[in-house]
Amino acid sequence: MSRAWLVAAALVIASTGTAAAERIAIVGAKVHVKPGQTLETATVVIDGGRVVSVTAGSATPAGARVIDGKGKVVTAGLIESISGVGLVGVIQEHGANDGQLGARDEVHADPVHAAYDARDGFDPSGVTVPIARSGGITTVVAAPSGGLIAGRAAVFTLDGASEPVAAAASMHAQLGSQGGGAVGGSRGRAIELLREVLDDARVFGRDRAAYERNAKRDMIADRLDLEALQPVLRGAAPLVVSAHAEADIRAALRIARDYRLRLVIAGGTEAWRVAAELAKARVPVVLDPTDNLPRMLEASHVHEARAKLLADAGVPVAVSTLGNGLQARTLRQLAGVAVGDGLSWDQALASVTTVPAAMHGLAGRGTVEKGAIADVVVWSGDPLEVMTAAEVVIIGGVVQPMTSHQTLLLDRYRTLPGAAR
Amino acid sequence: MRAYLLMHATVVVALGCGGQATPRVAPPGADEPKLDVPVPWIDSEGFYPRGVAPVTPPLAASLENPRATTIAIRGATILTATGKTIERGVIVLERGAITQVGGPGTEVPFGARVVDGAGKFVTPGIIDTHSHIGVYAAPASRAHADGNESVAPVTAQARAEYGYWPQDPQIERAAAGGVTAALILPGSANLVGGRGFTVAMRAGRTAGEVAFPGAPPTVKMACGENPKRNYGDKGGPATRMGEYAAFRAAFHEAAAYAAKRASYASARARWEERRRRAAELDQRAGGKGKPIPGEAAPEPVPVDLKLETLAAVLRGEVLVQVHCYRADEMANMMAIAREMGFRIRSFHHALEAYKIRDLLAAEGIAINTWADWWGFKLEAYDGIPENAALVTAQGGRATIHSDSAIGIQRLNQEAAKAMAAGRRAGLAVDEHTALRWITADAAWVLGIDTVTGTLEPGKRADVVLWSASPFSVYARPELVVAGGEVTYERSAGLRPADYELGISTDGGAR
Repeated sequence: MSRAWLVAAALVIASTGTAAAERIAIVGAKVHVKPGQTLETATVVIDGGRVVSVTAGSATPAGARVIDGKGKVVTAGLIESISGVGLVGVIQEHGANDGQLGARDEVHADPVHAAYDARDGFDPSGVTVPIARSGGITTVVAAPSGGLIAGRAAVFTLDGASEPVAAAASMHAQLGSQGGGAVGGSRGRAIELLREVLDDARVFGRDRAAYERNAKRDMIADRLDLEALQPVLRGAAPLVVSAHAEADIRAALRIARDYRLRLVIAGGTEAWRVAAELAKARVPVVLDPTDNLPRMLEASHVHEARAKLLADAGVPVAVSTLGNGLQARTLRQLAGVAVGDGLSWDQALASVTTVPAAMHGLAGRGTVEKGAIADVVVWSGDPLEVMTAAEVVIIGGVVQPMTSHQTLLLDRYRTLPGAAR
Repeated sequence: MRAYLLMHATVVVALGCGGQATPRVAPPGADEPKLDVPVPWIDSEGFYPRGVAPVTPPLAASLENPRATTIAIRGATILTATGKTIERGVIVLERGAITQVGGPGTEVPFGARVVDGAGKFVTPGIIDTHSHIGVYAAPASRAHADGNESVAPVTAQARAEYGYWPQDPQIERAAAGGVTAALILPGSANLVGGRGFTVAMRAGRTAGEVAFPGAPPTVKMACGENPKRNYGDKGGPATRMGEYAAFRAAFHEAAAYAAKRASYASARARWEERRRRAAELDQRAGGKGKPIPGEAAPEPVPVDLKLETLAAVLRGEVLVQVHCYRADEMANMMAIAREMGFRIRSFHHALEAYKIRDLLAAEGIAINTWADWWGFKLEAYDGIPENAALVTAQGGRATIHSDSAIGIQRLNQEAAKAMAAGRRAGLAVDEHTALRWITADAAWVLGIDTVTGTLEPGKRADVVLWSASPFSVYARPELVVAGGEVTYERSAGLRPADYELGISTDGGAR
């Protein structure tokens, strides 16, 4: 029975995903046009999937579906920088997981999967999609994890779309004890192997013909992996490196310099100690501000205000659940926690909108400016607060359903079937 | 003034018997092989375990704390967790207890440290009913994995207390989140994992130092996916069928054991009585008072620590805490408890509690759950954010627990989310209810609600001063007091644990 409900819910989503974008006016709301630019009372008009105007005041335009924004807050839809939404079903059931290569502590026979593409695993009608959307998330960077190089991320909107808005948007690798463990060695071994793979890819890219003639030295990665790394070597896609220890972050910076890569640090427990260098190299950091425990022997130097310290130093900071597909809706809470620990509110909004958009080259997303793609959320109040809710979620100009596995369960059990005796 | 004097007198009387307090935590082994039900206790509803006499006043002796300072917080909005909000209120903490909670005119004792609470909020200390801090300490490693004695499905003899590292760096962070007490539980690998350990949330040199004074014993049980995953290829149970069979078998074994121990005790008593009489007769007859020659003492029944704990459960002397996700499994556990004659205090995680909230309310079993966790395994697939609110609206008792060294740092935010979800579903959940989820109701689950969980004169000085409403994501504890001692002060920053000293050149957690 619940299966039937799921199917029904999925059909609703699928049908709205293809619905035509209508003319919508959100009237009289507080509008955060972009971080640092807020209109206390404004009207946002959406048409043809784009924001066509943002004007101060509460004038209601003709011919539009009106959403009363009085007392509400409008922001761009949130963007999750590293996400398991659509990839993860039930964490402990391997059959339901399509983002993670093997168990975390496992030594991988083949730790390099640069050619793996999260696009192939993403389920646009998966159970996690509407639940993430209910948290005001409109776009996710669906990213693989595990091994040394886990593969390529794809950027999806959460409107049921089965095609990504950006494919092969970034390459995801892992240093530290987890990356080291995956290659059956130390943290240093992971760094060494990452250099080796990049070197192979460079040699491969310079002369594919020689590779095909088998006139090249042995390569440690497969042909498709070497091919997949070419955009990274060209700087067309960033290399997102999960690293926590200061030493690993510095090693990643050296690798990025040597190979002229666009680097992004994920996790970054001790990144605050490298803030100046990261800022100078314009390397963004994707982090979970609540992760403040000295839980790793290699990276015990934690700081609860590291989001603020990094931002103050000029490092672009993206807040993320770091791949949690089930709890993506807590993204705004994580940003709010960073504010409580000193990050400015505007920087926090940027950390879940404009910073991730810039990181993955998502032009037209992350703001509510005129001309922007209409990924817009109407909130009951401050979106970073825990008591507020996303009331209306619009993706590509289309108002999304708020139904999910969980809302349907609530409906079913709102009244009990009667005393079970 | 008269009211103040009366109130004060009550507290002094309550504190007066402090010298009689018996230390709860004996050195390892010293309390065994005796059954160890430490301090008699009752809860606010007058329920006390069968066979244990209530004492008056309950647990008051445990409040006295020679290290406590006298603190008065003035001008804050005080949320008492008894349903009262006092604007610009005053709360006074003395000798480890709350001595006054009142309006702006409340007198502050001479010599008290006065803290300005203007624009801020005061609540009872946060209580987490489900934590593995200390038994799964940071940094995470095999060396620190002390929470699952996963060598057999029933290890009722194990005690979280002996796995608790009181210098876990996670403790300071939990305290900084406003937590003043927590139930440290063994993990859920086993059907019966062992005894829980109720702690005051502060670092210490020994577990004994941080044991919550007078807290009743607890035991952790678990059903569902975890035990069968752990034992499926280690001799079972491999299925839920096997799990419930093993639960029943364990309690039948404990009942038989208890009967054998009882009959041995009475045989031994009869034997001693016969010896005494024989010696007496011998003496009367002019002898040296020798007992009957040749009658051997009855064969002793050796103490079995595992069965001792289960027998104590059957006698109602231990608060039973059961890890369970699915509605049908909670019902199964309730049936087993009825069959074997024990009571379940609460279900932990209980993501499907909303489906059987009528049954839970009828049996008076509490649930401990999260605001929005779900889906990490199939038995957690049907979790919904309205769970706690629905159970509460049914007249049941709920708490928001963490089961996480990260989540424990902001249970106030988790309660706020669960409250907001309930309200959006049209349920009347006010701030007092949400606050009780992480204070008074949590204290009840741990059986310490007569001493903590609310802000009332005579209760333990477990108090948090927040920078803003605790239901805001931006609020942070500014001052945390547990048992009258300051465990965290924001202006002083986080105190680094021993482990963190010397990590950097600045020598601290920075």
